[in-house]
Amino acid sequence: MNSVLKLILDGEALDTAQIGKILGLGAEAVDRELAALRQQGVLLGMRPVLNPAFESEHRVRAVIEIKIRTEGVGGFDGIAERISSFEQVESCYLMSGGYDLLVVVTADNLYKVAGFVHERLARIDGVQGTSTHFFLRAYKKDGFIVNSEAAHRDQPSVSP
Amino acid sequence: MDSSSRFVARHVASLPKSGIRDFFAIVSKMKDAVSLGIGEPDFVTPYHIREAAIASLEKGRTSYTDNRGTQQFREEVSRYVAKNYGPEYDPETEILATIGVSEALDILLRAVLNPGDKVLYHEPCYVSYAPSVALCHAEAIPVRTVSADQFALDPAALRAAWQPGCKLLVINFPTNPTGGTADRAKLEAIAKFAIEKDLLVASDEIYSELTFEGDHVSIASLPGMRERTIFLHGFSKAFAMTGFRIGYACGPAAVIDGMLKVHQYGIMCAPIMSQEAAVEALRNGRDSMLHMRYKYRERRDFIVRRFNELGLPCHLPRGAFYAFPDITSTGMDSMTFAQQLLEQQKVAMVPGTAFGAAGAGFCRASFSTSYEKIHEAGERIARFLDTIRKG
Repeated sequence: MNSVLKLILDGEALDTAQIGKILGLGAEAVDRELAALRQQGVLLGMRPVLNPAFESEHRVRAVIEIKIRTEGVGGFDGIAERISSFEQVESCYLMSGGYDLLVVVTADNLYKVAGFVHERLARIDGVQGTSTHFFLRAYKKDGFIVNSEAAHRDQPSVSP
Repeated sequence: MDSSSRFVARHVASLPKSGIRDFFAIVSKMKDAVSLGIGEPDFVTPYHIREAAIASLEKGRTSYTDNRGTQQFREEVSRYVAKNYGPEYDPETEILATIGVSEALDILLRAVLNPGDKVLYHEPCYVSYAPSVALCHAEAIPVRTVSADQFALDPAALRAAWQPGCKLLVINFPTNPTGGTADRAKLEAIAKFAIEKDLLVASDEIYSELTFEGDHVSIASLPGMRERTIFLHGFSKAFAMTGFRIGYACGPAAVIDGMLKVHQYGIMCAPIMSQEAAVEALRNGRDSMLHMRYKYRERRDFIVRRFNELGLPCHLPRGAFYAFPDITSTGMDSMTFAQQLLEQQKVAMVPGTAFGAAGAGFCRASFSTSYEKIHEAGERIARFLDTIRKG
């Protein structure tokens, strides 16, 4: 795997100058690598991982299971791409099992999510049914434990 | 000093205080210190191993075990050691579960040393070797290892240090704090010397899985050595299990029996839940261990390059997770360097002299920490060196 990409995936908060120093590349070379990864469609973007407790003071998040009918509406891809284009939609996946699409949405409040479901999603030709679940509390997000008590709080800062 | 000091035994009172304790006291009060002083993995014990300990508690397995350790633990250790190191040990008579390698070494020394016996060991080395020998009223004889040799033990230096009365040789490869390793040729020469002088060898191989270049060779696997070697190992480093305090000793039955006597009166047995977690580590821990070793190696390459860029010559440690840069170009001794660096830039490194006189002119930096911290430490050390070089 590309060494720059590997370092980013490690999840440490490093800027390009730091990455450059670690890999012995220089910041410009790291920027070039990142640009190439974007251009190749490997790296879609980089975002900070926020503690959802902080985030949820301002936002609610829900996961919506969607059953769809594919005849005459462009198949799974056509509907999934249309749903993905809504700005409320954070992620959208085609699933195996009891429903077809799994969509994660965020909005300012519960009513806005409800409005999105019945005014937008339910009106799309091909959407047969939805089931909406609100996130209540996060325990782990993108690999980070949210409220971990400092795992090392009793670890001596210098030891033999 | 309070008046109760009169009760403390002379040989204990005369032990030097660990140089690490003073640093710990200062660093623990500093808010934004970057510590490269931590001598343990920065990984939490792999989940499946923690799970095994939890399962053991849930099943109510909270009793003492056989003094030697559970049958299962000893059988698993026997298999693991034979597979990875070569020698085969009988779980019934030749393996003992201990509270880490620290206890294993302590009870070995107490089991084999008579007052006045002499013990050869290489320096710089782990902080407890010489004091543990002194606690047995025996004499510790250091053999210096040097940076030019990547801190491997030079058989000629060992021969030069030998004196009549030497009974035991303690070796530790890879070495804390230098990352020194010993290849087969060196070990064969050491083994030949041990046989010639009829030495018992204690081989502390706690960092053996964390060997980055070449294969680790255990001296116990060399011809004629199994019967005179006590192989000491544990789980703290390879499996990130420091808090479990679990290790083991393997060796010929008579010496293990002697150790068992000291162990049964002093400790009784290693904690059962730690033994059960250790069994899981031996059976299924290899992937986690390889992952951690890979991470250490990446960080090693970065920190060593950084020290060399900064003008603090640093050899590439071939094992363990410590860099040991030479700080003599600063004109300071190890303790002054470490103290000033801590005071001025809040970076904690352990002065080389904490690991014996042979560590003079060096400091130990653990790379068992995040890239972010190593990077930040590098920036701060650069600033520190700028000030002293300008000054």
